[in-house]
Amino acid sequence: MRRLLSGNEAVARGAYEARVRLAAGYPGTPSTEILETVAKEHRSIYSQWSPNEKVAFEVGIGASLGGGRALVTMKHVGLNVAADPFMTFAYTGVNAGFVVISADDPEMHSSQNEQDNRFFAKFAQIPFLEPSDSQESKDFTIKAFELSEKFDTPVMLRMTTRISHSKGIVEEGEPVTLPESGFKRDMQKYVMIPSNAKKRHVVVTERLEKLKRFSEETDLNVIENNGSSIGIITGGIAYQYAKDVIPEADYFKIGFGFPLPIEKIRKFVATHKTNLIIEELEPYYEEQLRAAGINVDGKKYFSRLGELSPYRVAQGLKEAGVIEDVRGAEIPPEELFPRPPILCPGCPHRGAFMALKKLGVAVTGDIGCYTLSVLPPLEMMDTCICMGASIGNAIGMEKVRGHKRGVVAVIGDSTFLHSGITGLLDAVYNKSNVTVIILDNRVTAMTGGQQHPATGHTLMGEKTREVNFVELAKALGVESVREVDPYDYDGLLKVIKEEIERPGPSVVITNRACVLMPKRIMDKPYVVISEECNGCSACFRIGCPAIMPSKELTKHNQPKAIIDPVLCTGCSLCAQVCQPEAIVLAPEPAGVK
Amino acid sequence: MMENKTTNILIVGVGGQGVLLASELLSETAMQAGFDVKKSEVHGMSQRGGVVTSHIKYARKVYSPIIPYGQTDILISFEQAEALRAVDWLKKEGLAVVSRTRLVPPIATGKKFHYPDDPVADLKKRFGRVIDIDADAIARELGDSRLVNTLLLGVVSKSLEFELSLWETVIRSLVKAKFVDINLKAFARGRELSGNGKK
Ligand code: SF4
Ligand code: SF4
Ligand code: SF4
Repeated sequence: MRRLLSGNEAVARGAYEARVRLAAGYPGTPSTEILETVAKEHRSIYSQWSPNEKVAFEVGIGASLGGGRALVTMKHVGLNVAADPFMTFAYTGVNAGFVVISADDPEMHSSQNEQDNRFFAKFAQIPFLEPSDSQESKDFTIKAFELSEKFDTPVMLRMTTRISHSKGIVEEGEPVTLPESGFKRDMQKYVMIPSNAKKRHVVVTERLEKLKRFSEETDLNVIENNGSSIGIITGGIAYQYAKDVIPEADYFKIGFGFPLPIEKIRKFVATHKTNLIIEELEPYYEEQLRAAGINVDGKKYFSRLGELSPYRVAQGLKEAGVIEDVRGAEIPPEELFPRPPILCPGCPHRGAFMALKKLGVAVTGDIGCYTLSVLPPLEMMDTCICMGASIGNAIGMEKVRGHKRGVVAVIGDSTFLHSGITGLLDAVYNKSNVTVIILDNRVTAMTGGQQHPATGHTLMGEKTREVNFVELAKALGVESVREVDPYDYDGLLKVIKEEIERPGPSVVITNRACVLMPKRIMDKPYVVISEECNGCSACFRIGCPAIMPSKELTKHNQPKAIIDPVLCTGCSLCAQVCQPEAIVLAPEPAGVK
Repeated sequence: MMENKTTNILIVGVGGQGVLLASELLSETAMQAGFDVKKSEVHGMSQRGGVVTSHIKYARKVYSPIIPYGQTDILISFEQAEALRAVDWLKKEGLAVVSRTRLVPPIATGKKFHYPDDPVADLKKRFGRVIDIDADAIARELGDSRLVNTLLLGVVSKSLEFELSLWETVIRSLVKAKFVDINLKAFARGRELSGNGKK
């Protein structure tokens, strides 16, 4: 059957057709929908969210060694977390096939850096495949499992946001048949004490030679001969952009990206008058080709920053003298206000950041919806490095007394379980005076509402034990652990203030669920009594998207506030900051439902 | 060789408005009509009130899932100022279908940024073919503000080559059963509103 699938859905389908037995991961944009699709549509695969990518990777290793094909999914920065088992698994090799997805995010649509994980595969000396559309996402997934078993190696499938989230037509096939297998004891292969690891490193090097020969032959690396004197070496999404701009050129399309088919490319280059490398992000192909003595230009014309696009590829080709003009680029960009993403109306995190702003402390932040509080109008987060970093950052800052008003670490529930627990342990052990606010909204909201160990449900929808944050924090040795309602502004303010002043580490847990997920929570909306509103703008400054400036002005020409009744969830925070008490509960009946 | 003419459609709006369902319906229709289709969405950090754009391309063979600047045949905008933000992508002779919904973000409440007074008028100055409709009001009249989706698609459907019956089949298969009828009604209403359409 032909279906329109996103790259992520296609990978899930590929896993199904490859008869994967176990899929594990941690949600991270743009990789999240792979496991969600597996759990929803391909129930023959056991799937799970793990607390973090390292654990997911290790679970995958266990499955592979146990004889079941394993898929492990994560975003590019997730592989940093899993780097420890990743590097060593490259030594042991697999039993049943093992594929790790690295979903990279060029342009940082939703990430804190744009690292190019093709280098990670090269670093670990394992092969990677890079699809350029949905059909290839499915086909390459199946192929990756075959190669994993054939060469006894984990294989990386490198996706990017544009491939993961674009939809294209995919032809679905039947699942393959696989021989039965189970765990086979082999300590020399799977126990990486130095004496065994030294021998395995030799195996890795030999494997690399075999992979090089394979790369020269495989049809994952395709030459498209159109009889042109222009040769373009490209792969991934960059191939599609190039085909849009200059379909008549000859193409060397790389699908098997490490090790590169150097000799095949050398021949291709020799038969063309002009050759160019078009690749997104880093000069990954370019460096290796140049090191092999193939002098072809690439990054000279195509920036290493951000995503490419048909337009940027066209510009580069024009600069290189290959095409004459860039179509449709004459319209000047429109100067318009920005519309950054913002905490939802009624988001439980809003109260916490309003309180922190009032207190004027330094706030070390983390990865999650609450990172949006760095944007105007709240602008209340001072650091954001990586998952789980907030607590460690706060400890260090507090040790040097970096801020006279004190330091508060904020971290979400899912992030705390991912890698915040050890940070808190450090705070206790090393006698830090930090205050940690766990913004518990009961779900992994940032990536669209996934389950985690404190939600009480698994990915496959089963009930399970919930982590109790209060008990957990106490067990780690935190003496002062307090739960507060983030919709009670004065109460919250008081508790945070007391905890900042208290010596020793303390934990404050905010206890309201995300208003959007798993289902939308709505209460009666609030309204502005126009005659009472003096346009002081206090309510605008809390950054609720339901509050807008009215066209009506005050005597001093300030816009009055209005509240959109459809958007307002009735959290009441705006009413709590409005001095003249102009914001009140909507009278019955509550207007539009 | 037959000409590989690509039709480029850009849908823009604000997170949470339902841009994604509209683009889903459109691309599915194009696929069922026998075209190669690609569709690509950009929505920064999920559905939290940021800009959402969805690119849809169909042709005999589609390569890149992204529309180049200035190559959009039809722009569908769920919000009036967002239509203005997307003008870089529209062809001079392209068609813009714009909902008059006005969503002023908190950032445009300060002194620094200004929400345009009349975005639709600005748009009309630059492009000949602008259809602006009060989609929210009509959708509410029909019974549900979420019908803006199919309403706008109905308007656009008159300028595309797909048969009405195909659209209806796709709506029936992708929309939740109990909302099918009301969505078909909204779609039909959109077709009435399209005025100068071709088909
Ligand atoms: S999704 Fe939930 S947690 Fe995230 S901003 Fe919206 S309400 Fe807040
Ligand atoms: S806080 Fe109250 S008085 Fe001030 S602008 Fe808002 S509604 Fe008006
Ligand atoms: S009560 Fe006020 S702050 Fe809360 S959602 Fe409604 S408008 Fe926004």
